[in-house]
Amino acid sequence: MSLAGRFGPPGFLARASVRVAPVVLGYVPVGFAYGVLAKNAGLSTGNVLGMSVLVFAGSAQFIAVGMLAAGASLAGIVLTTFVVNLRHLLFSAALSPAFGAWRRRDLALVAFELTDETFALHAANQAKGPPDRAETLAVGIMAQVAWVAGTAIGAWAGASVGSVRPIALDFALPAMFIALLAGQIKSRTHLFVALFSGILSTALALGGVDRFGVLAATLAGAVLGTLWQSWIRPTSS
Amino acid sequence: MAVLDQTDVFVTIAGMALATYLPRAAPLVFLSGRTLPPLAIRFLGFVPACVLAALLFPSVLVPAGTLDLSAGNFFLLGSVPAVLVAWRTGSFFGAVAVGMAAVAALRFFSG
Repeated sequence: MSLAGRFGPPGFLARASVRVAPVVLGYVPVGFAYGVLAKNAGLSTGNVLGMSVLVFAGSAQFIAVGMLAAGASLAGIVLTTFVVNLRHLLFSAALSPAFGAWRRRDLALVAFELTDETFALHAANQAKGPPDRAETLAVGIMAQVAWVAGTAIGAWAGASVGSVRPIALDFALPAMFIALLAGQIKSRTHLFVALFSGILSTALALGGVDRFGVLAATLAGAVLGTLWQSWIRPTSS
Repeated sequence: MAVLDQTDVFVTIAGMALATYLPRAAPLVFLSGRTLPPLAIRFLGFVPACVLAALLFPSVLVPAGTLDLSAGNFFLLGSVPAVLVAWRTGSFFGAVAVGMAAVAALRFFSG
């Protein structure tokens, strides 16, 4: 029996690789950009990598590096991180019905690897029945390995990299959101509430609400979709 | 720039890790196995589409702090082929690759 065979059904690594590939394509360059930025902000290589290993949350890491460089307090950075990452509470709750029979140990690991992107991958797979344990864990671990690898290359390249713009690395994250969003538009109601959340989030960003904006727009969109489906158009899918 | 104390930085990172992990883990660990009310299930079903749009739209429409709907906004232009590939082929990987290639090409040819 192969090494992989002891941990899961045959082919789970291959299936996980196929699913996680677009996220890897996005995470390596974005991790790289974070590594360059953090190194140039004065973090030691150990701390640059440590944040990607222990926190593993793209936008919060970029914000924290900016705040560290600006001399912000520990409490301020931790509180900002909490607010920015509070949306994970919704992700975790949204996945919980599908993971009913799982051991706590496995749930704890899934939760550690939960990001906007891995959540979208797990959610996209929910329609296909109960999640495969080994495949689900492998998706999360591969995504973080890509993130940490990108970070390591960025930290190593550090000061010798002036700008990540010429090869469009800064577009990796929006491109990833587009790809994952396309997989979530399951009905007209989904399309409508996604447009609503997107526009509201943009308006909030323009209005200077930069920490709570994404969470507020997500909550408002999901409430709107629920109301619409429950009372106004109960028959539409 | 002030020199950062790396021990302080590490303590901050540890605090961030905790502040990130608790909301990630609490619902999965405590709600799994319980039956949620149908309304909550319905609500949570909209969360993925809403959060991805809420993250995407500002990053494309407000790339540099102000609303930019002009042809000079390469993120907006690059989104078009990415959306087309994602929608028509269903290929996540293809959409990311085409989007990044489009933005790189726009920058290259615009000098």
